[in-house]
Amino acid sequence: MAAINPANHGLRRLSRYLVLSVVAVVFLFPIVFMIVSSLKPDHQLLADTGSLRAFLPVGDISLDNYRAAFQRAPIGRFVFNSVLVTVITVSLSLLLCSLAAFAFTYLHWFGRGLLFSVVLATLIIPFETIAIPLLLIVSKLPWIGVEGVTYGWLDSYRVQIIPWIADALTVFLFVQYFKDLPRELIEAARVEGATWWQVYTRVVMPLSGPVIATAAILKTLKMYNEQYIWPLITVQSESYRPVMVGLQYFFQLQIAWGEVMAYLTLITVPVLAFYLALQRAFIASIASTGVKG
Amino acid sequence: MKLTLTLAGALALVSGVAQAQTEISMWYHGAGNEEEAAILKGAIEDFNASQSDWTVVMQSFPQIAYNDSVVAGALGGSLPDILDVDGPVMPNWAWSGYLQPLGLDEAQVAAFLPSTVGRWDGQIYSVGLWDAAVAMMTRKSTLEKYGIRIPTLDQPWTGDEFDEVLATLKASGDFDYPLDVGMAWTGEWYPYAFSPFLQSFGGDIVDRDGYQSADGVLNGDAGIAFGEWWQALFANDMTPGTGQDPASRDTGFLDGKYAITWNGNWTAATVLDAFGDDVLFLPAPDFGHGPKIGAGSWQFGIAATSEHPDGARAFIEHLMQDRYITAFSDTLGLVPATATAAAASKHYGPDGDMAVFYDLSEQQALIRPVSPGYVVMAKVFEKAVADIANGADVIDSLDAAADEIDADIQKNDGYGH
Repeated sequence: MAAINPANHGLRRLSRYLVLSVVAVVFLFPIVFMIVSSLKPDHQLLADTGSLRAFLPVGDISLDNYRAAFQRAPIGRFVFNSVLVTVITVSLSLLLCSLAAFAFTYLHWFGRGLLFSVVLATLIIPFETIAIPLLLIVSKLPWIGVEGVTYGWLDSYRVQIIPWIADALTVFLFVQYFKDLPRELIEAARVEGATWWQVYTRVVMPLSGPVIATAAILKTLKMYNEQYIWPLITVQSESYRPVMVGLQYFFQLQIAWGEVMAYLTLITVPVLAFYLALQRAFIASIASTGVKG
Repeated sequence: MKLTLTLAGALALVSGVAQAQTEISMWYHGAGNEEEAAILKGAIEDFNASQSDWTVVMQSFPQIAYNDSVVAGALGGSLPDILDVDGPVMPNWAWSGYLQPLGLDEAQVAAFLPSTVGRWDGQIYSVGLWDAAVAMMTRKSTLEKYGIRIPTLDQPWTGDEFDEVLATLKASGDFDYPLDVGMAWTGEWYPYAFSPFLQSFGGDIVDRDGYQSADGVLNGDAGIAFGEWWQALFANDMTPGTGQDPASRDTGFLDGKYAITWNGNWTAATVLDAFGDDVLFLPAPDFGHGPKIGAGSWQFGIAATSEHPDGARAFIEHLMQDRYITAFSDTLGLVPATATAAAASKHYGPDGDMAVFYDLSEQQALIRPVSPGYVVMAKVFEKAVADIANGADVIDSLDAAADEIDADIQKNDGYGH
């Protein structure tokens, strides 16, 4: 048996780190470009794009773009709206979709397989095809609030939250994960007299940390980063508007690119913080379920 | 008992206030455009303070998203009382039942530039406080350096002369491109800025006699001549193609990369700041049927579902005062809708640095086809000129475009013309 050569081992390690560092830098480039550009005046930003200076905080650096961006749009309001809508939607989605997945995985009822297939089939329907029918429905739905019964959900938080709570991908993720949990645990709990609700709350969900993190991250990214068409057609007041519609405030006839970068930097902070907080669980979940983001 | 009376009194007071100040809702396309919004907000405050019947409340939308929001609002039954509408889109919204006639007398709009009054089916549906105009922007020093004649409104460059100008500037090697037509500005810029070239050749997007067909005008001899000239611009590297990045469009002329830029009056202030007296705003070339530029900008109308058209009309009449028209012009460089407002304005007065744009609007402006089908025609035309710029066969592209426009008109039973 040949002895491990410490020199070779170190060299391999060094080359591995080198490759990983290069990959990391490539992935970081867009974020670095965004942040650095947000500090430059437009003429310098545009002049630097053809060189490595685009990634360096050099030249006429200031926070002017941030000041101008805050003047142009109520950024705090937009971020608050998006965070509020995202947090409520993701929380309710995790609860309802995991319950649905629990029923699909563990309970035996008529039509279970067919209904699960129908749920999965909704994955292939692009949202654009149902946007107008959905708009017509929500514009007439009743709501009970402080003003009594009113009709129409347009221009509200609820119209941005409720239609997005249930989704097939989240149900599918939970079903796949639940299927891999040891059946013996469920059966032992049932033999001990646990109700299905107790099995869900005390056995299954405590073991589902990784899939909860994965579903939470995917859903959060969808709600925070991709919600554009729906709020565009259902929300008319600035006070309910989310960040992605707010981005359009910066695309005037002559685009202030520095302000665009400042706005993007500001709205990226919450989602980046959220991802960093959950990244360990996310990576663990990807490793265990083989889901690709 | 005393408490009951007090409450009753308070309720009566609140009720009285509510009756005295009926809310008029208004949607506006300029969210993020602080200067424009500030003037509009000032006008609203003035109106609300000037009388006790109505209170206008404005919601702003980003321009890119505005038309989609209005269409969705119409479907969802949530349109406001007042809408602002882009001039060429107005006939579509009127035909679709989103707008109602303004109810203004002809005398009230007699002083307005024709392109700022939106008409459909013989009635006035919208009125604008400004227009936009396009010009060939260049530098006097550039033309003088290469011995190029400076054209005037009365004597614009002919088509052949314009081609020679471009060839001369290209041969100098001093510029990346002799001309920039703004291919980076996709969307409405294409029909607004490029269809006047087609019209100067003698063609058009659609036959304006009845608006029932594009065949023969878009793809006729004049249309083909335009298409070949247009394609040659790109084939000979006279202007950047569809791959132009927006940043170059914004700053290319200022940086000296382009000798001439085909651009709107809204950029005039920036150009004047950069080059001062050396700037020239020149008329469009005449390709045989007169120099043409596009016309029709944002205007104000009343939603068909408005329950308070009187209040909405009162506010629009309030907006039509010269002082607001002048304020928009002074702040944003927009072409004032009336001659009196122009005379009082900073840029369009007798010695104003942008006065030529008013003359251009008055003498060369041709509004885009006044048809509900224009929204489709615009997209079809945009695709056709982009395809031709990218080297597609001219005749095939124009034939396909004419067919598509005709099919859409037929599908919509002639759009009510």
